[in-house]
Amino acid sequence: MKRNWALTPYLIWMIIFIVVPLALVVYYGITVNTDSGVAFSLSNFKRFAEPIYLRVLWRSIKLAIISTIICLIIGYPVAMILAGNSFKHKNVMVMLLVVPMWMNFLLRTYAWLTLLEKNGIINSILGKFGLPMLNILYTESAVILGMVYNFLPFMILPIYSVMSKMDYSLIEAAEDLGANSLIVFRRVIFPLSLPGVVSGITMVFMPAVTTFVISRLLGGGQFTLIGNLIEQQFLYVGDWNFGSTMSLIMMVIILISMLFMNKADGPERSGGLW
Amino acid sequence: MVRRFINKFYVLLVFLFLYAPIFVLMVYSFNDSRSRGNWEGFTLRWYVELFSDRQIMSALYYTIIIGVLSAVISTIIGTAAAIGLDRLGGFRRELVMNITYLPVLNPDIVTGIALMILFVFARLQLGFITLLLSHITFNIPYVMLSVLPKLKQLDKNLYEAALDLGATPGYAFKTVILPEIMPGVITGALLAFTLSIDDFVISFFTTGSGVSNLSIAIYSMARRGINPRINALSTLMFLIVLALLIIVNIRMSKENNGKGEKNYASKKQVFASASSSDRVSSSRLYELEQQ
Repeated sequence: MKRNWALTPYLIWMIIFIVVPLALVVYYGITVNTDSGVAFSLSNFKRFAEPIYLRVLWRSIKLAIISTIICLIIGYPVAMILAGNSFKHKNVMVMLLVVPMWMNFLLRTYAWLTLLEKNGIINSILGKFGLPMLNILYTESAVILGMVYNFLPFMILPIYSVMSKMDYSLIEAAEDLGANSLIVFRRVIFPLSLPGVVSGITMVFMPAVTTFVISRLLGGGQFTLIGNLIEQQFLYVGDWNFGSTMSLIMMVIILISMLFMNKADGPERSGGLW
Repeated sequence: MVRRFINKFYVLLVFLFLYAPIFVLMVYSFNDSRSRGNWEGFTLRWYVELFSDRQIMSALYYTIIIGVLSAVISTIIGTAAAIGLDRLGGFRRELVMNITYLPVLNPDIVTGIALMILFVFARLQLGFITLLLSHITFNIPYVMLSVLPKLKQLDKNLYEAALDLGATPGYAFKTVILPEIMPGVITGALLAFTLSIDDFVISFFTTGSGVSNLSIAIYSMARRGINPRINALSTLMFLIVLALLIIVNIRMSKENNGKGEKNYASKKQVFASASSSDRVSSSRLYELEQQ
């Protein structure tokens, strides 16, 4: 084994800081503290099955799905337009899409407070035109807005990248064969863009379902998501066992959604990490 | 014509949505009022006060120190790991790569609490050291993912030739391999630095005893009430990160000149999905960029 010296420091690092911590999460997740010490128990999983926690889980998944769908509806046309010939400098447009992500996401999310407040900018603009006020701050809608805002580029970029590589002659061929633009879209463009759509959905859903910051800032702490629950268990309640159990459940959700999306991406691409 | 106009208008609207909060932050950093919402004249007051705010200055100090240290250390470990890994084959390589992808694919909150459990378990006082260790940990995979493609392109015979001509392994490494992979190493280091200064979730769980970076300071300030100094700070940070990332992008587009490759290395997830090409479904992005 030549050159193993180069890999050794990393291997040690990897075991201490990646493998051991995850093993500890598993350990805490499947044990409880009893009077006579630590005991193996799945009671925390049972506890999570109580309606109060299931409601939080359901809310997390629901908000993440809604945000993902909105991102898809808003983002797909954007990707299609950017990949088309509407703009001269496509690369600049794509760069402009990425630039907002370069600002700290806490700050950007926080800025929505200024926009959405009762006397905020949006309402003063609406007021000038005599339109009804928009009072969505500290509601579920605000949390969804925050998710869509933060993750929309993750939907647009993969779809754009697939679309910009699409073989245009296929579209021309379909048109030559008499397909109208709706059929061309349904039968040619959309199926070809599917890999990008799948990537986009994964990339929006995963951070959305695990966030605890957006719900805290824009939901005003009223809309507890599973991320908030985990944060509370570790930082305020101090019940690491239950917190670890929920982390494990969250990892399983991510795993399932990944497998699911992997399937959707086509059988030829099976295999990989899991 | 009409359709083209509608298309442009739609994209413009979406961009407006994406940029609105940033404009708001920037404009209000010059507002001569403590409260948000009303404009009371132009001032640079917040930019001046920013530098005498001890909480912000201490957070800035830790952000930069952690960013630099974690970038340097993770670049050294990550580059060495990539070189070692490049020679490894088969099952062992697969295993190491899969574990390397774990922090990339795991939700940040899970990585954060897992590291926090480790530190508390090891009786390490949460603070500067634990923050640094965490940042190095989540940076290493990105350095490796930047360096590995460069090693793949490298002609292995060059190194052997240097050895045949009497170079010591160390000398051959310094004069043959390192110059070839240097662009990947520097990109990895810059990426590590930006990821470090941008991180919130993992830092939030792995720091303590008064050590906080800017993200954490912003989070705690946002909860207590709003201070226009945050706006001033965010405007400055945005411009600094913007400058840094433009440099990375220019570097990358120079390297990839002619291959039609674009990069979205600007953000962790995009980069992760782009790089972990044979792992997650989101990989198509990268594959298609490669063609």
